[in-house]
Amino acid sequence: MSRSFLGWPAFPQASEREVGNRQLRENVRRATHTIRGKRAVLAAERPDWEQLRDSAAAIKDQVLAGLEEHLLRVEEKVTAAGGTVHWARDAAEANRIVTDLVRATGEREIVKVKSMLTEEIGLDAALEAAGINARETDLAATIVQLGDDLPSHVVVPALHRNRTEIREIFAREMGRHGRPAPEGLTDDPAELAEAARLHLREKFLGAKVAVSGANFVVAETGTLVVVESEGNGRMCLTLADTLISVVGIEKTVPTWQDLEVFLQLLARNATGERMAPYTSTWTGTVDGDGPRDFHLVLVDNGRTRALADPVGRQALRCIRCGACMNTCPVYERTGGHAYGSVYPGPIGAILNPLLKGVDDSQTASLPYASTLCGACNEVCPVRIRFTDVLLDLRAQVADGGQHPVERAALGAVGAVMERPAAWKAAVKGAGLVGPLLPGRTRLPGPLGGWTENRALPDVPRESFRSWWKRNEGERA
Amino acid sequence: MPPNAPRSRTALFVTCLNDTLFPGTGRAAVTLLRRLGVEVDFPAAQSCCGQMHFNTGYRRETARLARHFVDTFADYEEIVVPSASCAGMPAESYPLAAEAAGDPGLAREVAELAPRVVELTEYLTDRLGVEQVGAYFPHRVTYHPTCHSLRATGLGERPHRLLRAVAGIDYVELPAQEECCGFGGTFSVKNPAVSGAMNGDKARHVLETGASVLAAVDNSCLMNIGGRLTRDGHPVRTLHLVEILARTERDGPLPGLPVVEAVR
Ligand code: SF4
Repeated sequence: MSRSFLGWPAFPQASEREVGNRQLRENVRRATHTIRGKRAVLAAERPDWEQLRDSAAAIKDQVLAGLEEHLLRVEEKVTAAGGTVHWARDAAEANRIVTDLVRATGEREIVKVKSMLTEEIGLDAALEAAGINARETDLAATIVQLGDDLPSHVVVPALHRNRTEIREIFAREMGRHGRPAPEGLTDDPAELAEAARLHLREKFLGAKVAVSGANFVVAETGTLVVVESEGNGRMCLTLADTLISVVGIEKTVPTWQDLEVFLQLLARNATGERMAPYTSTWTGTVDGDGPRDFHLVLVDNGRTRALADPVGRQALRCIRCGACMNTCPVYERTGGHAYGSVYPGPIGAILNPLLKGVDDSQTASLPYASTLCGACNEVCPVRIRFTDVLLDLRAQVADGGQHPVERAALGAVGAVMERPAAWKAAVKGAGLVGPLLPGRTRLPGPLGGWTENRALPDVPRESFRSWWKRNEGERA
Repeated sequence: MPPNAPRSRTALFVTCLNDTLFPGTGRAAVTLLRRLGVEVDFPAAQSCCGQMHFNTGYRRETARLARHFVDTFADYEEIVVPSASCAGMPAESYPLAAEAAGDPGLAREVAELAPRVVELTEYLTDRLGVEQVGAYFPHRVTYHPTCHSLRATGLGERPHRLLRAVAGIDYVELPAQEECCGFGGTFSVKNPAVSGAMNGDKARHVLETGASVLAAVDNSCLMNIGGRLTRDGHPVRTLHLVEILARTERDGPLPGLPVVEAVR
């Protein structure tokens, strides 16, 4: 049974568990620092880097401003090229469409190209419930699937695993799902890759149906684009008879010229490569070459909700490069699972509340899962201003009445602070902090966590304003 | 002089945290500014900029404090702030608070006032045009660029240049200095476990430098890192940058700290 993030605890609870896992922290630290370094070198070698980011953001904003028109164009072009377009309002609808399409082929085992959207909608579980076994073919996605695990990163879903753990998963699980791992498999990366290659080759060659996502859809020709490192995507996209691509409505770019901007940014940001090893494009169907049957399922699942948010809609520019999570000091300590979604890190902290709303405690906790340090703002290739969106979402959470006690407390403090006499009195008697601080080493109630890791400063005998008054009295 | 007229053109907004918990920072700012010929005033009506309210999502409450801030400082030509994150509030957050409160009048007054609010380091290097401020501090010092000062205010090398110009100082760069210390105001209260993990790494880097003083331009972050160092029993002192810059040869070494030989 595939696991899901359903009913996941709010960020403070989920992250506390992850932070305590030292192996995980070390794995995530090592992986993020490696990609971070490679990316920085490649970004620095482009003199037009900042202009590329400007263009990328502008193109995406243009698409989002006229999304309906671009999508209708996609539908028209894909249909004209021999494909079939389906529209899905939400996860359930998308899953039903895909399940019906697979059922119609009569196939029971299909292959998948890594796609975060199919993770988002829980497609594997839906197919499983219909008796269809969908096998991942990307290395990291395979590790997650074999380990009955959840993805923790948008580019490298198994980023939280080290090679010792991967070896164990392969040795234990491969045989239960097809060709077993070779005898005496070690944790040498080349051996692990070879084991995966042998295990997956059987799947590619046998599969009649493939499910993919897409990184981009070029509206002017109705062309889908998948960017990947391993070639598994290319195999699935070309060997299957039936290809079903499940794509978020925000993935559209107007023209091939626009696509050029993103292809220059994506691999540099995602994996620290100048260009991804495999960039596959396809338009409808062609007789005697590739799938004979092509379906495009366009999925909303909260995207129009996000689009209606004037500050938050910029999150829909995201091209899922993962740079924000690789650079995030919070993600580095928690890993991806703490965010309770297939979209973790800074983009997850804004995108999930935007897609789903802030009415439950899990999504409402995400905008607070940031120190507002702003490191993500500096790397995002589509210039998402995470800190602006986080602050705006916090205001939505506060307005939604999620934290009545906090609002009352801050309101009371504010009332003192805006009245000079009351504030003066409070400072004089250290009335504001006094009852909490002197002689204490732990703060009470919800502030207790703060003192787990820190000593409190001593309260000085004299406030600044008292000193000023005394000092100025002497000067006058 | 009318009773409400300010006594000088420059005001110190000391911030509520410094007023109550770090008054030495305010005293040092006054000492240093006067030494540099700036007659600084402290309007006593001032309180809090509302940063905690704003960053937690309480925009209408912030607007009330913004109104109070504008009323308190409207008559000053420049408002100097020994905290990068508080100094950023009027320009970055008050317009949004005014919008949330539906108060276009406040928004207009904020737009007029905000350009006059300036963080202390930037005031020294850019408005006064000084780097050599006549300071003496014969101790090993490292510096943490707080996130707001680094990414929002864009102080860049300014604090490092000021520190390197201090007589007698042994200045050492902090490893991984651009990484957040994990404070984040409300973050450290809502997510203490993650915050503690970040804080622990920052404290470790401070110890690697062998410095006896950690400096920064935000006492909130220093309180966070210093709290960790103290709890773990390390004698590293945390000081706002201005408390280093304010000291001269006449003050001598800071009592209780190991003195370094002149390394200039
Ligand atoms: S939000 Fe920006 S940095 Fe993060 S994954 Fe999306 S495109 Fe990349």
